[in-house]
Amino acid sequence: MGTEILSFDVEKIREQFPVLNQRVNGYPLVYFDNAATSQKPRAVIDAISEYYQTINSNVHRGVHHLSQLATDAYEKAREKVQLHINARHTHEIIFTKGTTDSINLVASGFRDLIKEGDEIIISALEHHSNIVPWQMLCEKIRAKLKVIPFNDMGELIQEEYDKLLSEKTRLVAFNHISNALGTINPAKEMIAKAHAAGAAVLIDGAQAIPHMAVDVQDLNADFYAFSSHKMFGPTGVGILYGKEKWLEKLPPYQGGGEMIKTVSFKKTTYAGLPHKFEAGTPNIEAGIVLGVAVDFLQEIGLENIAAYEQELLEYGTQRLMEFDFMRIIGQAENKASVISFLMGDLHPYDVGSIVDKLGIALRTGHHCAQPIMDGFNIPGTLRASFSFYNTKGETDRMIEALKKAKMMLS
Amino acid sequence: MSIDKIQEEIVEEFALFDDWMQKYEYLIELGKSLPLIDEQYKIDDNIIKGCQSRVWLHADIEGNKVVYTADSDAILTKGLIALMIRTLSDQKPDDIVNADMSFIDQIGLKEHLSPTRANGLLSMIKQMKFYALAMQAKDQF
Ligand SMILES: Cc1ncc(COP(=O)(O)O)c(C=O)c1O
Repeated sequence: MGTEILSFDVEKIREQFPVLNQRVNGYPLVYFDNAATSQKPRAVIDAISEYYQTINSNVHRGVHHLSQLATDAYEKAREKVQLHINARHTHEIIFTKGTTDSINLVASGFRDLIKEGDEIIISALEHHSNIVPWQMLCEKIRAKLKVIPFNDMGELIQEEYDKLLSEKTRLVAFNHISNALGTINPAKEMIAKAHAAGAAVLIDGAQAIPHMAVDVQDLNADFYAFSSHKMFGPTGVGILYGKEKWLEKLPPYQGGGEMIKTVSFKKTTYAGLPHKFEAGTPNIEAGIVLGVAVDFLQEIGLENIAAYEQELLEYGTQRLMEFDFMRIIGQAENKASVISFLMGDLHPYDVGSIVDKLGIALRTGHHCAQPIMDGFNIPGTLRASFSFYNTKGETDRMIEALKKAKMMLS
Repeated sequence: MSIDKIQEEIVEEFALFDDWMQKYEYLIELGKSLPLIDEQYKIDDNIIKGCQSRVWLHADIEGNKVVYTADSDAILTKGLIALMIRTLSDQKPDDIVNADMSFIDQIGLKEHLSPTRANGLLSMIKQMKFYALAMQAKDQF
């Protein structure tokens, strides 16, 4: 393998992911669609069943034994997430349905915090879920939406960002890592600039959380959103981290924010963080088991993960470049283990369909980031996104499959 | 030839293939060999959007029959389009509207017609039937 950093044994890790051990269309599965969703370790799968077999009951309600156990487990998971991202307080961790829900929570709350003529800045590298909520907000309030452009490498142009920031900027929202290109944005610097202009910052961390250590205090992010399903936890739960002072400022998300405002006495019943944003019975099991996924990540260590995935990225890039007419879309200097590419004028759909027949799971299309594809003037790409349970051997298999696809299609 | 008969023919042809690769190679051949649509009809108005591949569809009436031409930017999609045109084009509106397209399943290419595939094919079939319906309605006056 030619590298020194391998403080974990990939084969041992793979054993913990039962789904990987199967054949697809007669071939051993190669799962390279990790940016869409991650696979789950046995610990997570077992914990879901364990929850229903032992402590299932509603949280924050009963005085009875089981309800107490479920509530404790749920709150314990919140604490694990807090420690994992180094939030100052446990109540700064809000359970949501996912990244999309987290962003919508903030966008809907900002209806009360901005006015006509104010400006919101997003980036041209965003997933639709970090575009549309802000567009809807701006349309409603008649605020202006400004967009930071990217260069040919798929990096945000910082000089353009500087120019967009002004005293009118109320909020800046961008992703920590782009799901379509893998670009790692200089979040800390960009946050500092936004703060200097007096704006709040929301970071879409959906792709960063599974791949790197994130410290929200060090970043100084005001909001940080991510999904459990992309970080080896169950589907259906996500996190909104918010600084206490911002969460206090935001009105409740569900249950009629405006009404609560006028009845000040009722407001106090909702006011306590984090419950103010958690109306209704939450996804208890997923929340609890997200805590198990966090333990799992901690055990392997995000530094180890990042180093190993960087190796996979370099190897994958190098092998792909062996093809004539290979175009790698997104060549940022700082890049996570995502490779978006095009092979000559072969259509991604054709290539993706053929390699699928050979057991290789790639993503094809615009990756819910149509403006990026428009920016590069392409209809979509093929995307391989690696996780720490992937191997270089799997990359070799992908290369062989791509060769076959190319042969069939040319 | 009736739609059913053509479909039977296609199913027989595909029965000769041993594996998916031969099927795909055949589709690719079909996709490559057919000039499916006149350039003048390859316009945005005729586009059926799937986020994976784009499909253009145009319908004409010739006598009491509907004649379809279509194209796609993905070659596998184009090959499948060729099969659909072979079955539905140059047929009477009534027959098109009532046509059962399950032969796609029988030849083992169902996955390309899955709604989640988002390649425009499913919408294409709907649109083909829709044109036929429109012509059927016109006939009644
Ligand atoms: C960068 C980014 N943001 C947001 C999302 C949306 O996440 P979810 O669908 O879990 O809400 C995704 C998922 O694809 C993503 O990659």
